[in-house]
Amino acid sequence: MATTDPPAAPVDPSAPADAEILVIVAHPELEQSRANRRLLQSARALQDRSPPGRLAVRDLYALYPDYLIDIAVEQAALKAARLVVWQQPIRWYSMPPLLKLWVDDVLTFGWAYGPDGTHLRGKDLWLVASTGGPEDSYRPDSYNRYFFDAFLPPYEQTAALCGMRFLPPLVLHGAHKASEAELAAHAQAYVQRLADYPVWPEIDLVEDCVECAVPPSARPTDRVMEAA
Amino acid sequence: MEHSAWLTGSLIYLGAAVLAVPLARYLKLGSIIGYLGAGILIGPWGLKLVTRPEDMLQFAEFGVVLMLFLVGLELEPQRLWSLRKPIFGWGSVQLFGSTLLLALGALACGIDWRLAVVAALGLAMSSTAIGLGVLAERNVMATTSGEAILSVALLQDIAAIPILALVPFLAAGVGSEGGAGWLGAAKAIGTIAVIILGGRLLLRPALRWIANSETPEIFTAAALLLVVATAALMNAVGLSMALGAFLAGVLLAESEYRRELETDIEPFKGLLLGLFFIAVGMSIDFAVVMAQPLLIAAAVAGFLVIKAGVLWAMARTMPIPQLERPVFVILLAQGGEFGFVVFQTAALAGVISAPVSSFLVAAVTISMLLTPLLLFAADRWWIPFLAGGKRQIEEIKEPQHEPVIIAGFGRYGQIVGRMLFANGVKPTVLDHDAEQIEAMRRFGWRVFYGDATRLDLMRTAGADKARVIVVAIDDIEQSIDCVKMIRANFANATIVARARNVQHYYELYELGVTLVERETLDSALMSARSTLEVLGWQPHRARNLALRFRRHNVAQLAAIAPHRKDEARLIAAAKQGRQQLEELFAIERQQAAERQARAGWSGTTDP
Repeated sequence: MATTDPPAAPVDPSAPADAEILVIVAHPELEQSRANRRLLQSARALQDRSPPGRLAVRDLYALYPDYLIDIAVEQAALKAARLVVWQQPIRWYSMPPLLKLWVDDVLTFGWAYGPDGTHLRGKDLWLVASTGGPEDSYRPDSYNRYFFDAFLPPYEQTAALCGMRFLPPLVLHGAHKASEAELAAHAQAYVQRLADYPVWPEIDLVEDCVECAVPPSARPTDRVMEAA
Repeated sequence: MEHSAWLTGSLIYLGAAVLAVPLARYLKLGSIIGYLGAGILIGPWGLKLVTRPEDMLQFAEFGVVLMLFLVGLELEPQRLWSLRKPIFGWGSVQLFGSTLLLALGALACGIDWRLAVVAALGLAMSSTAIGLGVLAERNVMATTSGEAILSVALLQDIAAIPILALVPFLAAGVGSEGGAGWLGAAKAIGTIAVIILGGRLLLRPALRWIANSETPEIFTAAALLLVVATAALMNAVGLSMALGAFLAGVLLAESEYRRELETDIEPFKGLLLGLFFIAVGMSIDFAVVMAQPLLIAAAVAGFLVIKAGVLWAMARTMPIPQLERPVFVILLAQGGEFGFVVFQTAALAGVISAPVSSFLVAAVTISMLLTPLLLFAADRWWIPFLAGGKRQIEEIKEPQHEPVIIAGFGRYGQIVGRMLFANGVKPTVLDHDAEQIEAMRRFGWRVFYGDATRLDLMRTAGADKARVIVVAIDDIEQSIDCVKMIRANFANATIVARARNVQHYYELYELGVTLVERETLDSALMSARSTLEVLGWQPHRARNLALRFRRHNVAQLAAIAPHRKDEARLIAAAKQGRQQLEELFAIERQQAAERQARAGWSGTTDP
């Protein structure tokens, strides 16, 4: 196999992560991605144009190739943000494993939800996703059998439990076959949204987060959390 | 007047060295021949800029002392102990074997037995300065032949003392002075004991105290003082100064100041050794040579052949790898500085006459001058001839253009290389161990022979176009040299370096290399993981703990970097870091236990 492209930029984990908009990128094979790599590059370019403290892009697979997430750093970045973006390909109707691990490790009981878990209250969560299958495959009469919206409740409820408002997702269907023009338009729309936030035309129409108070007695017990 | 003489002297020596050495190196003859040539040029038989070389020779001999100190620093006491057999065994074979054969040869030529014995003893000695100097210049101190040369040189240093004491007795009519002899021996043993005890008990605290003053030039002064004092002490009781310095070096080989002492002494050694060779060049008495050119040629050729024969026989039986034998033989065949002293002593005691003494001194000097030339010829013809049967190992010649260069293809570099090959990246691989390369080539690896610290070879290897240069050299000093050279000449290449230990890690870091891995860290952590797993930890939990330990450890290294030369603070900071991590893990275990208790779990907690 020929060598692939060099990584876009050397990863500097100590780069400032405190910003109004926090873009969390998770793609396990970024070198093979068309849409997500494009979006990442566009977001990075916007970050470079923006004043400090406006936008921070964190590429999880570059930061944590060994899947050892620095929880303190991630929580600090979340605390500083007003808008949290999850930029990811849809994998098996869900998120890539490192993003799921990030959710498990970082959004902890007593910090993100549950008693005193109020650090994310009032923030916005925006899902920016791509699918391999075309839009018309997400239909009851096609191989994905459900409309795409049917796969969103876990995301919505994750946001709700943390007291975050779930903004309307930006989804690119059929990313493998998207034309160059489509990709460019998609990236443009993405960057425009990031640049305009919070002045989005439909943002006032989004309902405020439903209150989901978790009683202290309801301890999740599935994994031993790391409280670094 | 005093000042101007000193100034003129410095001007001549430095100027001659600065001109001649780069020229000799450019001609690939090595720096020693450059110094010798410079000496001949400015000496009484050249431009007559200097007329009294003897004074300079005495002063510059201190370069040999400093060199032995540095050699000692590289040799921990246990390693020296393990060398005792080569030193006393093979060293004696060389010295007494050569002496015996030389003396028999001289007797066969009809020479008086006393002269024959003195000449044989003096000529059997080799030049430590040349032998060890060339070894250092070529970075081959650690090879089999390197250790053999060191062993022989050390024995000669030890044997020189009784030999110098015995030579005067050869003069007819000198009675024995047993009492003085016993007293001298007692003094000598006492002095060595003082040096060993003092070195063990006092030196390290003293150096620590001086280092704490944080005045670099005082540390340098202390380092020099240490060598001078040891040398003076040994000299006072009639022992070899170089031997004393060597002992002091060995005693400090394990101390934390080893690297600093090395860096501080190195430039002095280099210059004084250079001066020593200049002085040797100057003291060749061409009048003696011109008077009996054929006789002196025969004498030089004769003793070189006899010594070389003994050495070759030794090399075969020891055994020294075939390709290293020429260097071993050539580096020990010449006469040396001890020869000068033996002949001087003998002349003073009246064992030999002054003209004979200068004849012998001239023969020794010429043999020293010949050594670099012979070495050059051996590199050119002899070693390739020996290698001829097998595939010839040539230095890298064809320019390479791969994006990755691996310097050093031992245990570490091989793994890096295999991983790269497996992924379609074909690195250019350099190593300077001929045997290793032979072995690697048998496995189908394309490995080039070349010293990665050399600028020209790196350029041929394609360093100016390479994106990454992996410095996987195991020798710390060479690794540092290589990195410095790359940083200075191929700024575009990213360096990925192997660190032998933490000090090496820091040195690389200070040179601006950020992609440094300590060679044992990750494998040790894997073993720690296995241990935790056997004790009942979940494999994934053990993995997470190991990775977090690693992250903490690397961060800790960066945090204590500023104190790395201050041992007390280093230890304190390291202890503190360890404590932090232990506390962190303890808190987490506690919290996990609480959570599980709250949740009413019946499952077991972490062991």
